[in-house]
Amino acid sequence: MTALSPPSTAGHPAPPRGPRRRRALIGWGFIGPFMAVFALVFLAPICYSIYLSLFRTQLVGGTSFVGFDNYQRALEDPNFWSALGRVTLFLAVQVPVMLGIALLVALAIDSGRLYGRNFFRIAIFLPYAVPAVVAALMWGFMYGTRFGLVGNINDAFGVSLPDPLSSGLVLASIGNIVTWEFVGYNMLIFYAALRVIPHSLYEAAEIDGAGQLRVITAIKLPAIRGALVIATIFSIIGSFQLFNEPSILKNLAPNTITTDFTPNFYTYSLAFSGQQHNYAATVAIIMGIFTMIIAYAVQLRGMRKEA
Amino acid sequence: MYNTARRRGVRGAGLASVLALALTLTACGGSSDDSGGSDSGSADDVKAALEKGGDLTVWTWDSTIPKVAKDFEAAHPKVKVKVVNAGTSKDEYTALQNAISAGKGVPDVAQIEYFALGQFSLAKSVADLAPYGADKLADSYSPGPWNAVTSDDAVYGLPVDSGPMALYYNKKVFDKYKIAVPTTWDAYVTAAEKLHKADPKVYITADTGEAGFATSLMWQAGGRPYKVDGTDVSIDFGDAGSTTFAKTWQKLLDGKLLAPVTSWTDEWFKGLGDGTIATLATGAWMPTNLQTGAPAAAGDWRVAPLPQWKAGEKSSAESGGSSLAVPAAGKNKALAYAFTEYVAAGAGVKSRVKDGAYPATTADMTSKEFLDTKFDYFGGQEINKVFAQSASEVASDWSYLPFQVYANSIFNDTVGKAYVSGTTLSEGLAAWQKQSRAYGSEQGFTVK
Repeated sequence: MTALSPPSTAGHPAPPRGPRRRRALIGWGFIGPFMAVFALVFLAPICYSIYLSLFRTQLVGGTSFVGFDNYQRALEDPNFWSALGRVTLFLAVQVPVMLGIALLVALAIDSGRLYGRNFFRIAIFLPYAVPAVVAALMWGFMYGTRFGLVGNINDAFGVSLPDPLSSGLVLASIGNIVTWEFVGYNMLIFYAALRVIPHSLYEAAEIDGAGQLRVITAIKLPAIRGALVIATIFSIIGSFQLFNEPSILKNLAPNTITTDFTPNFYTYSLAFSGQQHNYAATVAIIMGIFTMIIAYAVQLRGMRKEA
Repeated sequence: MYNTARRRGVRGAGLASVLALALTLTACGGSSDDSGGSDSGSADDVKAALEKGGDLTVWTWDSTIPKVAKDFEAAHPKVKVKVVNAGTSKDEYTALQNAISAGKGVPDVAQIEYFALGQFSLAKSVADLAPYGADKLADSYSPGPWNAVTSDDAVYGLPVDSGPMALYYNKKVFDKYKIAVPTTWDAYVTAAEKLHKADPKVYITADTGEAGFATSLMWQAGGRPYKVDGTDVSIDFGDAGSTTFAKTWQKLLDGKLLAPVTSWTDEWFKGLGDGTIATLATGAWMPTNLQTGAPAAAGDWRVAPLPQWKAGEKSSAESGGSSLAVPAAGKNKALAYAFTEYVAAGAGVKSRVKDGAYPATTADMTSKEFLDTKFDYFGGQEINKVFAQSASEVASDWSYLPFQVYANSIFNDTVGKAYVSGTTLSEGLAAWQKQSRAYGSEQGFTVK
């Protein structure tokens, strides 16, 4: 609406009442189809989840209204907190590593000093084109200590590498899969942002006698701050929603990946193994709010520095 | 056969459940709402329903049933049977539970494994088939499966297959290292040590923690950790049988004598094929899986009675097996029962046995033709004799929880810890007991 109004009022300082109202309605006509779909596929499921979260269905006793009991239970649920702690740890380690590599690669490709630039760009982006489920299966096979790549290395060199799917390493192994998958995607975001920096800035820097490192810290990084913030937010959301990799790898490591390994996996187990749809909805809503808060905080911080 | 499918289903759990949900949606209106039928239920109704005809939707993942459905249609031209694979095991139960709570798209007949039937019968989601004449079939079935589908006088499903347990062993491996095939579980542990010592690549068996397997061995050992009386439930892994199992199995864990290979994975079949996994204690439905999954070992495998907990005893247990049940929300239950009986007790059984199913009906289990069948894969051994013997020795009074599906899903979270860390099996079982109890109370059961 706001986007439409300035040009329409600009030429007519005092338009008659009728047309203005008609214009307003025309605006709704344009936005209507979107709003209808938005309400149906976005707002309705959220409202339904909130509605579900206020009830409790038991195998014995049926459904009853319980108000905010489910929320209270979730906030006291050690399984939920351990899952949240796990993805937070994942977030704290994996996201900086992934974004760091992506930034390094983007800068290298952008520097113009890399031989075979296009090849590297495509090659690094390629894993993103592999569906997450396939990637997890593929890595799962490689992680195998008996017949997988790890097993082959052990046999060939007579070493015994630690099992990547053991309790201590499984989170790092999942981080490795996710990093492999998404470095290319983030690299592309950074690279695209780097490409739009006006060349005159580099020329000015050269005249001032600035070296490459100075160009990076004084021109490139500040110029792509927006892209960095966006990539960070995407990665945070992605970490909190971790599901595919643990769910696939669970078949190979049933004892190290528990049914409450990540919040999303926990929600899934609650709903589909435990018939606890109400509680699952509650956990999902809490996770949603949590993710929103963190993502918003990162965005605010990113914007503040920009100003 | 269905078990392979089951694990494959689990492998793509996320995807499968989406599919299952989609199926639930598409199955809406798939039920036979146009054909009449009364709810009173009697043998006469069944006859009348067959004459009148109608449409049936059947949910099953058993690959031998579609053919039987065709035969049924041929025998009763007015009946149309639509066989739908709505997912395997847990995936199907999820879809079924969703359909039942939605009150839409409920199939007329659904395959439900014994361990999961309680969940549906408790909520009266499946119809009591006794009035339709199922109560008269008691003598047709072997006691294990029949016990699993009945509760007091009610019959909640008809057994379609069963899994009396036996010990499958790779004779070539045992001969090579001159080790006797164990007849007791203590001898089994000794054999495990000898085998692994002789060749560190060889393990007596593969196990990464499986609820069905653990509970079956407790069952054989005389443990009855679950006691169910309506909504009164008790869970206690402290009884003698359960403890015996935990103690013995702990020895295998401590000695690192179990291959850390999860059942139904490619690695597992590879191990069964190349002799690195030497034995397998499981149900009578396994032969077809071995033949297709480990063809390289043709002629190497044999079947022996399940090792005993005390020398000289004769005790066995069931592993797996499923029934066909008629959801209470079905529109044409009399006709649904007619089909169920045809598959589970009538002409369908012979056809299914021919296709590799292991029956639950005594007559088929003890028929000479069945017992005398020689299996080339098993070096010409008449393996059905071993299974039939086992079926007759299955210990009675076992019951699963009315929420066993959920309990099994958290087995690896709790007991599984014993396989990957310093936790002992009995500590793991205690944790499993605690969490299962908590879930039971939460769901409104009286847990003792």
